[in-house]
Amino acid sequence: MGTTLFEKVWNAHVVTEVKDGPSILYIDKQLIHEVTSPQAFAGIEKRGIGVFRPERTLATPDHNVPTKGQNLPIVEDLSRFQVDKLTENCNKFGVTLYGLGHASQGVVHVVGPETGTTLPGMTIVCGDSHTSTHGAFGSIAFGIGTSEVEQVLATQCLMQTKAKTLKIEINGTLSKGVTAKDIILYVIAQISAAGGTGYFVEYCGSAITSLSMEARMTICNMSIEMGARGGMIAPDETTFNYIKGREFAPKGAKWDEAVAYWKTLFTDADATFDKTLKYDAADIGPMITYGTNPGMGISVNKNIPSIDQIEESNKVTFKKALDYMGFQAGDSLIGKQVNWVFLGSCTNGRIEDLRQFAEFVKGKKKAANINALIVPGSKQVEKQAIAEGIDKVLAEAGFELREPGCSACLAMNEDKVPKGEYCVSTSNRNFEGRQGPGARTLLVSPLTAAAIAVSGKIVDVREMLN
Amino acid sequence: MEKFITIQSTVVPLPIEDVDTDQIIPARFLKATTKSGFGKSLFCDWRYNEDGTPKADFVMNNPLYSGKILVAGKNFGCGSSREHAAWAIDDAGFKVVVSSFFADIFRGNALNNGILPVQVSEAFLKSIFDAVAANPKQELNVDLVNQVISITGTDLKESFVINEYKKTCLINGYDDIDYVLSVKDKIESYEKTSKYLDLIQA
Repeated sequence: MGTTLFEKVWNAHVVTEVKDGPSILYIDKQLIHEVTSPQAFAGIEKRGIGVFRPERTLATPDHNVPTKGQNLPIVEDLSRFQVDKLTENCNKFGVTLYGLGHASQGVVHVVGPETGTTLPGMTIVCGDSHTSTHGAFGSIAFGIGTSEVEQVLATQCLMQTKAKTLKIEINGTLSKGVTAKDIILYVIAQISAAGGTGYFVEYCGSAITSLSMEARMTICNMSIEMGARGGMIAPDETTFNYIKGREFAPKGAKWDEAVAYWKTLFTDADATFDKTLKYDAADIGPMITYGTNPGMGISVNKNIPSIDQIEESNKVTFKKALDYMGFQAGDSLIGKQVNWVFLGSCTNGRIEDLRQFAEFVKGKKKAANINALIVPGSKQVEKQAIAEGIDKVLAEAGFELREPGCSACLAMNEDKVPKGEYCVSTSNRNFEGRQGPGARTLLVSPLTAAAIAVSGKIVDVREMLN
Repeated sequence: MEKFITIQSTVVPLPIEDVDTDQIIPARFLKATTKSGFGKSLFCDWRYNEDGTPKADFVMNNPLYSGKILVAGKNFGCGSSREHAAWAIDDAGFKVVVSSFFADIFRGNALNNGILPVQVSEAFLKSIFDAVAANPKQELNVDLVNQVISITGTDLKESFVINEYKKTCLINGYDDIDYVLSVKDKIESYEKTSKYLDLIQA
């Protein structure tokens, strides 16, 4: 019997197995940031050991950083202390750091792929659940806790129990105005925020293979929002073309050898999955969430479910979510006023996302009631956006391009949405208080965000496309 | 890590599904660089008003409920990988979390901090909530060695699953890192023989 993509990469990384227990997996690359690493460094110090393979860890501060005035010291004491601690630990243990001001600094999951650090067939971990992003390259990539960050620093390995496999196949052509973000929000709405728990996903089908690398990253990024540990897409020519020539990509003869190996990374025709789901791309509309987890999503032209459509055990949670959001069961969201728009994050902070937003708002004006936070995912994205004149297009439409960081995705820095206000956000989580205490988040694609940013209220982007 | 064998305690019931780690510990509390002191911020935005006064309707502020066992609805701990969620639960005095379903990363983080996640059936979870609603002083018994959770003073009990290795770790207070460090020779030999590792060496 054949093997799946996941099993091929997994098997290639098993160092040994614990009797009646998990496998010990070799980790090719660990990415770290300032929030989930300090206790891990403190842990190895307490054990009196160093970082086992410092060259296999890469650090960049992103969660806490301001998105304005990055050339100045960070104003907030605790944030500054945490970012300084990352610098101190990297210096002490010999870990490469892309600190504030570095040409490659940015959101850790944007930095990995664009520097060629992320490659097909790798195992990649980070103390951040959106590490699943890197699965877009056909790597096994997943988020870990701080004790596990410490384990990887100490041993370059991780004890892991093998996940079950879930195939999500999406065929067909997307309708106009529908993008990768809508695909993944649609899938999560179908199977719920817990529907993928215990699984590692492989996305396939013509609607996936026709996507760019940026779009594939958006899909894999949100695998965790259905509870899955990670999501992968088999590498192909699109993948190889994206990687070729990037800073840490193999060069010369090694490149040819690497591509030859990467071409073996696909699921064999006779391999089986523990579970398979199939969807038709034509059924997907521009999505928006109405509740407080990413599974509570609808096509923007549809109504919020009525209470009798909700399972009995979930009714308390559903009502609590609608109370928090200030919505009624059965309501339409179209026409509701929104005062905040956030474009950015590891889900939608890449150059293609900025291009899509800018192209839509070009020649239009930001609605007067809208406060917008437009945040590139990295210094490289920012540089590219400026080179393409995206900053100018945005400025003419009344938007400002900020500096890179996680920003209002989790509001650890100053970029917060005020209590009770609605924010249309291209990020990944609409949990209560995620964008600031009392903030109400509606997850959408960059294109829908652009349409709402110029309208000042919730609209169906399809009605604004020619 | 503290050794874990059996816990018998009253419970704190939280009959809400999809409790995410942003609710367990909001991101603004993640700026600390140590593992201690997160307990006071556990469920902060559900537990306190903006001025810091307790919200009377939140279960942790109800003097009827206390104990070392937190019982919550399906899909507990979804969302972020922040281990701060486990540190906060531990620091607030809980040793066991019971739910009908746990998010993967939270489950691992809990076990790595000596907190036992006990997954029970939907029906048994409902029995616990009903029993505690009828009697807030109702106790649960969690027996790790025999892998059984029971509602004390009743016939209601259920067995639960835990990986043998993780069970041994909890009972003996062992740590994954010590184990992996003990097989360093195997790691080094993997590095020497992996052709792929050489290929991707920048």
